[in-house]
Amino acid sequence: MTTAEELPINVNGDVVLVRQRVRTVAVNVGLSLVDQTKVVTAASELARNALVYAGGGQVRVEVVHNGVRQGLRMTFSDNGPGIPDIEQALTDGWTTGNGLGLGLSGSRRLVDEFALESTPGEGTLITVTKWAR
Amino acid sequence: MSVHTDAGRRRIEELLQEHEGRVLKRWLEIAVSSTSNQVDRGGLADQLRELYQSLRQSFGSSGDLSDLRGLLAELSRDRARQGFTPTETAVVVFGLKEALYETVEEDGSPDALRGFIWFSRVIDDLGLFTVESYATAREKIIIDQAEQLLELSTPVVKLWDGIVAVPLVGTLDSARTQVVMEKLLQTLVDTGSEHAVIDITGVPAVDTEVAQHLLKTVVAARLMGAECVISGIRPQIAHTIVTLGIEFGDIVTKATLADALAHTLRASGVRVVKGGESRIAVRTVEA
Repeated sequence: MTTAEELPINVNGDVVLVRQRVRTVAVNVGLSLVDQTKVVTAASELARNALVYAGGGQVRVEVVHNGVRQGLRMTFSDNGPGIPDIEQALTDGWTTGNGLGLGLSGSRRLVDEFALESTPGEGTLITVTKWAR
Repeated sequence: MSVHTDAGRRRIEELLQEHEGRVLKRWLEIAVSSTSNQVDRGGLADQLRELYQSLRQSFGSSGDLSDLRGLLAELSRDRARQGFTPTETAVVVFGLKEALYETVEEDGSPDALRGFIWFSRVIDDLGLFTVESYATAREKIIIDQAEQLLELSTPVVKLWDGIVAVPLVGTLDSARTQVVMEKLLQTLVDTGSEHAVIDITGVPAVDTEVAQHLLKTVVAARLMGAECVISGIRPQIAHTIVTLGIEFGDIVTKATLADALAHTLRASGVRVVKGGESRIAVRTVEA
């Protein structure tokens, strides 16, 4: 059984909704309290990135299976300007806005699997997965 | 065509006049039965009568609906506040169609039927307008509540002489941080405090934005000569902050508000001593 849902990210309040939804799913999947907090924080970072740098997007939250292990997968997509230099964007402290520059690189450390595809001018697709232990 | 429509329209106006009592009674029945909420029957009857009069008047005065729209907006606002659903609100308006239809059917003349089509379109417009006013009223209520919450959710409390605390609960966005920061800095000035404790026990997740807001608040307080301690860092939050790579630098952080209070008391030279009869005595260390 795979449950998936799409959530829009268009205003600040949507980031809060994404966070709440991810927390509920994380609890259901059986993530530990620490892992719940990590995946919720990653969701918050990536959703805010989509909102601030791409002007909005959406996220798909789903439960995935690998044998008996359950996990939570989030797919963030937007049609924003894209990321010209992905390696640079994933460097700690690099930001084109006025944040701390840790959102993207930190999120990669908060989850188990992290994939980033981006085409300048077309948009960005980020897929992250956190497995229950 | 337009001759027919005019004739139909006139016929409807006549019917509305001749059978006012009956149509109104039926309308009230429909309006009452369409909701599961408790309704004040007398009040609703008055409201419907007023709407009915206004509708007839507007037909008389070549279709000026502004008075009627005013009344409908008022009705929607009332209903939004009382917790009616949008459907329950709109059905009140649409109910008039059904109420009049019975009279039109009895009359049976082609003019009346043709007129009913026109009447139906007018009521549809009014119904949509009602739903729109309902949505506007709801939005206004939500905005008001959000503002009230913003005020409510940011108390600055005095813990000791010269020590104030801000217990943060819930999501920390830019707007709230702004309010928190302003309130904290103002309280530091008003009370002449030199120590502040920001407690984040009630903040569910600390991401880079929240951390940045916290850091800015601490730096601002420092510029005013006050020292800030951040307390309420739970294990999972500590884990997340480290993994994200956020540096809190030389800012003092504590696991609980009690630890933070103990730290600030010590820093301001107050020593807490356990008395003989398990009473707590406090004395200030001489400089």
